[in-house]
Amino acid sequence: MSSVATLPASTASVRIRISKDDILLRTGLVLLIGLLLLAVVFPLYTLLSKSFEDRDGEFVGLQNFREYFETPALFTSITNSLGVAISVALIVLVLAFVYAYALTRTKMPFRGLFRGIALIPILAPSLLAAISLIYWFGNQGVLKSWLFGASIYGPIGVIMASCFWVFPHALMILITALSTADARLYEAAEALRTPKWRVFWTVTLPGAKYGILSTGFIVFTLVITDFGVPKVIGGRFNVLATDVYKQVVGQQNFEMGAVVSLVLLLPALVAFIADRWVQRKQVAMLSARAVPFQPKSDPLRDRLLFVFCSIIAFIFIAMLAMAAYASFVTFWPYNLSLTLNNYDFDLMDGGGWEAYYNSIRLAIYCAVFGSGLIFLGSYLVEKARGVTWLRTILHLGAMLPLAVPGLVLGIAYIFFFNHPDNPLGFLYGTMGILVICTIVHFYTVSHLTCLTALKQLDPEFEAVSLSLKTPVWRTFRKVSLPVCLPSLLDVASYLFLNAMTTVSAVVFLYSPETMLASVAVLNMDDAGDIAPAAAMALMIVYTSAIFRMFHSLLVRTLNRRTQVWRQK
Amino acid sequence: MSESKQTYLSIENLTKHFGEFVAVRELSLEIYDGEFICFLGPSGCGKTTLLRAIAGLDPQSSGSITQAGKNISNLPPAERDFGIVFQSYALFPNLTVFQNIAYGLENQRLPKAEIRKRVTDLLELVGMPEQTAKYPAQLSGGEQQRVALSRALATSPGLLLLDEPLSALDARVRAALRQEIRALHDRLGVTTILVTHDQEEALSMADRIVVMNHGRIEQVGTPEEIYSTPASPFVADFIGVMNFMYGEISSSGTVRIGNNSIECETVNIPEGRKVRLTVRPEDILCRADSASDQSVSANSFSVKVESLEFLGSFCRLILSGPEGFGKLKADLSTQQVHDLKVIPDVTLTAEFPSRNLRIFPESS
Repeated sequence: MSSVATLPASTASVRIRISKDDILLRTGLVLLIGLLLLAVVFPLYTLLSKSFEDRDGEFVGLQNFREYFETPALFTSITNSLGVAISVALIVLVLAFVYAYALTRTKMPFRGLFRGIALIPILAPSLLAAISLIYWFGNQGVLKSWLFGASIYGPIGVIMASCFWVFPHALMILITALSTADARLYEAAEALRTPKWRVFWTVTLPGAKYGILSTGFIVFTLVITDFGVPKVIGGRFNVLATDVYKQVVGQQNFEMGAVVSLVLLLPALVAFIADRWVQRKQVAMLSARAVPFQPKSDPLRDRLLFVFCSIIAFIFIAMLAMAAYASFVTFWPYNLSLTLNNYDFDLMDGGGWEAYYNSIRLAIYCAVFGSGLIFLGSYLVEKARGVTWLRTILHLGAMLPLAVPGLVLGIAYIFFFNHPDNPLGFLYGTMGILVICTIVHFYTVSHLTCLTALKQLDPEFEAVSLSLKTPVWRTFRKVSLPVCLPSLLDVASYLFLNAMTTVSAVVFLYSPETMLASVAVLNMDDAGDIAPAAAMALMIVYTSAIFRMFHSLLVRTLNRRTQVWRQK
Repeated sequence: MSESKQTYLSIENLTKHFGEFVAVRELSLEIYDGEFICFLGPSGCGKTTLLRAIAGLDPQSSGSITQAGKNISNLPPAERDFGIVFQSYALFPNLTVFQNIAYGLENQRLPKAEIRKRVTDLLELVGMPEQTAKYPAQLSGGEQQRVALSRALATSPGLLLLDEPLSALDARVRAALRQEIRALHDRLGVTTILVTHDQEEALSMADRIVVMNHGRIEQVGTPEEIYSTPASPFVADFIGVMNFMYGEISSSGTVRIGNNSIECETVNIPEGRKVRLTVRPEDILCRADSASDQSVSANSFSVKVESLEFLGSFCRLILSGPEGFGKLKADLSTQQVHDLKVIPDVTLTAEFPSRNLRIFPESS
């Protein structure tokens, strides 16, 4: 043996011949990276460059930004947006934490029911809460007096409605954070005779720390980038998201729209980076040896939490029920007799029933093509051999959409696809661009879901397949895909629901032929047809609910049929 | 090993580095046709890296590999001829035992009947007939590993690669499977490479052992050779239990340790050179202490028993020897311990037979 301590001189370094499999996978990687470039990076770049141009397309440097910050009306939107987003984040964090705690750590009765009720808002567009609040507390609202003269049209309404629609998003993260507890820590604390409040401060809270931080960031981003709620109930209270809409749709001032969306991108980007940082800090709380925590009953605590959860659940049901009731009322508040007239969408401005069918079409396309494409992408990121740099690029490309608010994405798409020199311009105004935009908008979460599922596969499957001279697509079809099927269905369902309810990105991209239900809600509300708006929002809720039921039925049947192997 | 054996796999000057870290350094090795060879070493010694280079899964940075007379250095794994079994089994969870084993066969487009026969034969061979319809999750660890082995052997590869195949199993199953894998090898005659960090596994299964450390080969030899004539202090220490004593050559055939001299074969190490002297615990002979004895027998010294550890069939004594000897381990049968009435603080005479002492010069 030689004992040279240096790297051996690279004598004819070895290059393995590229196999057919490698060619297939690498081609896939390059294609997907190309798609993400076209659908995310180029549009964002166009948006960026637009913000430095004047109306004639001349480069004007920071001129637009100077103008923006010198317009006091626009500048106050920043503080308004931040104020609302931070308030909602704090309120929802506290409420959702207590709610999640009751669901995961106590023996409170009806936990399943409470969980179901709290998840209702996910089935509805964010506008629904705002519409419902108008019926409760608006100028002709039932409980207007409860506000002691304050107006619901403004920050109060925006905050209340936002709390409603982001609640389930916060709840789901916190439930996950609180579910992973190690019973041994609690037993150790009890053995040391620690008082309960101290156990809560020293064991429970630190254990959920990262979940709490993550929830805060996500709620903040959701609220600051949402424009449906402030549009409907904000009144003269301007926020960044409505400014973008007004500049682009109202005043056709695309350059200023680009500037505002970049300003909007900033806090979203900061929250995104902070969340990534937190996620990285998060180490597995549960070691393989951890003993799952089994909550014990504590009558006083459970009763108090039951009251708390009942109040929240009651408010949730009241929100939904008011919108549902109002959608059947003939002429609020003067003629309260019930009618189906409000559902006769073809008689109103807003796209009619065609908008509803378009939404379903969009949701199905997104679910089918989106889940397939995203799963393929995550498979390539996880399994392609060699080419680490290509995989990293694709992964970064897949993470990017999470940092981009829907509004910003929508505007970027206008600039990019509507550009006269763009050969892809034919997509503008079609269903195709809505599908692409929606898939991209919700790409990251789906990508991460697929990646998690794929990471649970033994990394040596591919090595074994190679040794058995099996082409990679066969192992993909016979093993990777069937094993990941449940996650794939979850992704499809996630895309379907979001496509049904989303407003922010598509509001800039629809054409008269591709009007969507969620946009119709917005437009009808804008036109003062608030009852039909409520009716359309409820159609979305009903559809989403039926789809969810269908999804869980499908999953159950599939599990019985194809996932037999999971049973011991 | 008989010299008549033919070389099946030949590795020349193989180096693999990950960035600055050199995992395998200019390694050359010949593996004979039909042989059962073990790569043995501590974690991070490069044994798995070497195995994966042979499979083409993580290709070497430089150097060449020849299999059955054909240079395979540049071939992708799918064009090489090997079957592989991993510590994690890597059985496809959604496929039955039958489908798992037939996986590679189906790809060869064999007739259905032939596949069925081959799978049945293989399951028979590993002692698991009639389990074809079960899913991996329904099998014990040992059974899963048998299925993984069958799957790797199904396509009749010329080379079987086993990457720590027994490490995830409990001790009893491990011992049984050790025998089975070796018997299977003897029956099929397939050239087999086993990667392990478990010396017992290597000693009991291999025709030859390749002891590796820091990406280099420390020694290649039969289990007996490795155990009784370790080529380096590392091998001496890594395989079995070993006592080390530090001294220097006082004259040819004598090593001085502290104030005492020990006679042993000093090979050709020059006088005055610092050396390490090694002796296995079972090779230290203990007798009742008597003054006359020490003067007549060479290499006998008075030692004090510090403690003793009962290990079933034998006892391990911790002895403090004369100055410079340090603490020594010596193994005595339970009967001897009884006869000599060994308890802590008793003084015994320990003899270090010359033929069992090995000497390693310290690198200066």
